[in-house]
Amino acid sequence: MQKLETLMLEKAKNLLSSGEVSRVLGWKKGELGYDVEPSVFTSAQSLDNFVYNVFCGANLSKYLVQETKKEGKILVFLKPCDSYSFNQLIKEHRINKDKVYTVGVECQGKIDNYKLKENGIEVVESFDEEVDFVTVNGKKFTKGEIVLGKCSVCEKKLLDYDEVISINEKRSPDKDRFEMVKKLESMTADERYAFWKDQLSNCIRCNACRNVCPACTCTKCVFDNDNSGIASKANSDSFEEKMFHIIRAFHVAGRCTDCGECSRVCPQHIPLHLLNRKFIGDINRLYGTYQAGEDTTSKGPLTDYTKQDVDPSDVFGG
Amino acid sequence: MKKIAISNIEKLYNEISSLQELYLPVKKAGATNFAKYENGVDVDIKSLQTVKSAKDLFFPQSEDMIDFKVSGKNIEIKDARAQSNPFVLFGVRGCDLKSFEVLDKVFLQEPVDTMYKSKRDAVTVITLACNNPESSCFCKVFGVDPANPKGDIQATIVGEEMFFEPLTDKGSELLSKLTTLEDGDEKAVESEKKEISQKVEKLPFVNLDLSNFKGENLMELFDRPEWEELSKACLGCGTCTFVCPTCQCFDIRDFETNDGVKRFRCWDSCMYSEFTKMAAENPRKTQMQRYRQRFMHKLVYFPANNGGEYSCVGCGRCVKKCPQSLNIVKVIKKLGGKN
Repeated sequence: MQKLETLMLEKAKNLLSSGEVSRVLGWKKGELGYDVEPSVFTSAQSLDNFVYNVFCGANLSKYLVQETKKEGKILVFLKPCDSYSFNQLIKEHRINKDKVYTVGVECQGKIDNYKLKENGIEVVESFDEEVDFVTVNGKKFTKGEIVLGKCSVCEKKLLDYDEVISINEKRSPDKDRFEMVKKLESMTADERYAFWKDQLSNCIRCNACRNVCPACTCTKCVFDNDNSGIASKANSDSFEEKMFHIIRAFHVAGRCTDCGECSRVCPQHIPLHLLNRKFIGDINRLYGTYQAGEDTTSKGPLTDYTKQDVDPSDVFGG
Repeated sequence: MKKIAISNIEKLYNEISSLQELYLPVKKAGATNFAKYENGVDVDIKSLQTVKSAKDLFFPQSEDMIDFKVSGKNIEIKDARAQSNPFVLFGVRGCDLKSFEVLDKVFLQEPVDTMYKSKRDAVTVITLACNNPESSCFCKVFGVDPANPKGDIQATIVGEEMFFEPLTDKGSELLSKLTTLEDGDEKAVESEKKEISQKVEKLPFVNLDLSNFKGENLMELFDRPEWEELSKACLGCGTCTFVCPTCQCFDIRDFETNDGVKRFRCWDSCMYSEFTKMAAENPRKTQMQRYRQRFMHKLVYFPANNGGEYSCVGCGRCVKKCPQSLNIVKVIKKLGGKN
């Protein structure tokens, strides 16, 4: 990982000094090792704080919506999952591709800070891929045990970029992406309702899931708009908190790339991605396997019509 | 000093809840928050912190104020404020206890906020010392001692037992009613407290320098160019404000029902673009301005108006919960002084 970081840093410095780009979008060191933050670097000197390690889980693609409105070209480092969001944003005309220099970077999975805390892990022995995580009581964890949920099922590839920085082959996913969706589908309606009621009643309507979501790029969200008549700063009852998340999942259906940011950022650790993944599974069943963000031009299954399209009721009944 | 074996603690919860309603950290769907003690709840005193702070008990995220019922040309106005019965709040950490002092300065000065006061008067607080403070904790910087969290009764876990020390009349009264407790020895507690204090000294943020944050530096701090960099990755979500024990801003909203209006108040966040619509709109147009407001309020404006008391208690929730790892520690390190 250190070697990867060195190569990325070199690339950033070269492109900045040649004038090819005026800014670099990457990750910046924090105060505690695990608190890495997304940042825009404008000089070789500021790159002293540049970092690429197992804590760079944040998806950088959405920042480009604002960054590509500015003067000059920006270099962005995209992990495989970030790049699907990037493509989808290009497809939706939210990013000006001419203003971006894209470099794909290898990723072997990123750490879930919640799992660190949950397991009482306070010591990180190194930031290399083969890292040892040790609890204060001396118990060791392998990386696989504490990666983000999205990483344990990741099938994403490094896509077509201006350049790619990769040293090792990507690991295969440990788990089936639809395992939990299938489990929820096999529940009775009452059991499923109870599951989501428990989860979503923890929601504090902080909007982190919405604000981080690369598919949520409305200039003004309907839930923030006082004139919409449905603006809501709080859940007026337990029904409303469910509606917010279900409406949002419908809104991004067919466009969600399954980047997992909604679940990564939720302060209550609600598995919001499962709502999106249910839609992805249904779309796959109805229209053939589809991965949003795999390219920048094709029409998505929900925005396209062919005579072969099935009637959902033929598949699901009703 | 009283004590109970942790293996028997359900008995204590049951006894307290037979006297008064009991609120304590409860784990539900993987997240721990303060909730009412009832049969079958998963009490979680192992987690150092709840996601939402204990302020929820006095200043809930959303609460009803007035109901207007309309029939024909008549409008009936009903007081919808909930009645507060005496209740016990158990498992409050020292940082959250300190946050009550900050909130009291806001809500209990004239004109007194009756909705807050009724709940504040009704509570008996049992705090819990932090056996294992985390790397994100910096309460000591704000004068909190996690080994002596204060409150009406102070609880400390030592090995397999929990000890209780009454600190107020209210606390002594409650303790005297609890028959499940037995007499305990102070020695074990004292050595546990010493151990906690030693752990605190080793925390990475224990020596944050706040010396720059003074009223007379207000304009200089406001104009510092570093705010741009500090706030760059901010998503404008409300996570930091909603998990923060001292954030106290609220909005008052009307919810239209079939036959009238329900007026309620709910938490608001200065991070939101729709916050503080003065006359027409939010005067803070950029996320940098909103970000700066939040930290200037906590570290400069609030102490300038409240005898030097900061409105941060160093709980570290923002350190742990910010989606993009921005937080008050990064602000303090950049602008606070010799950090």
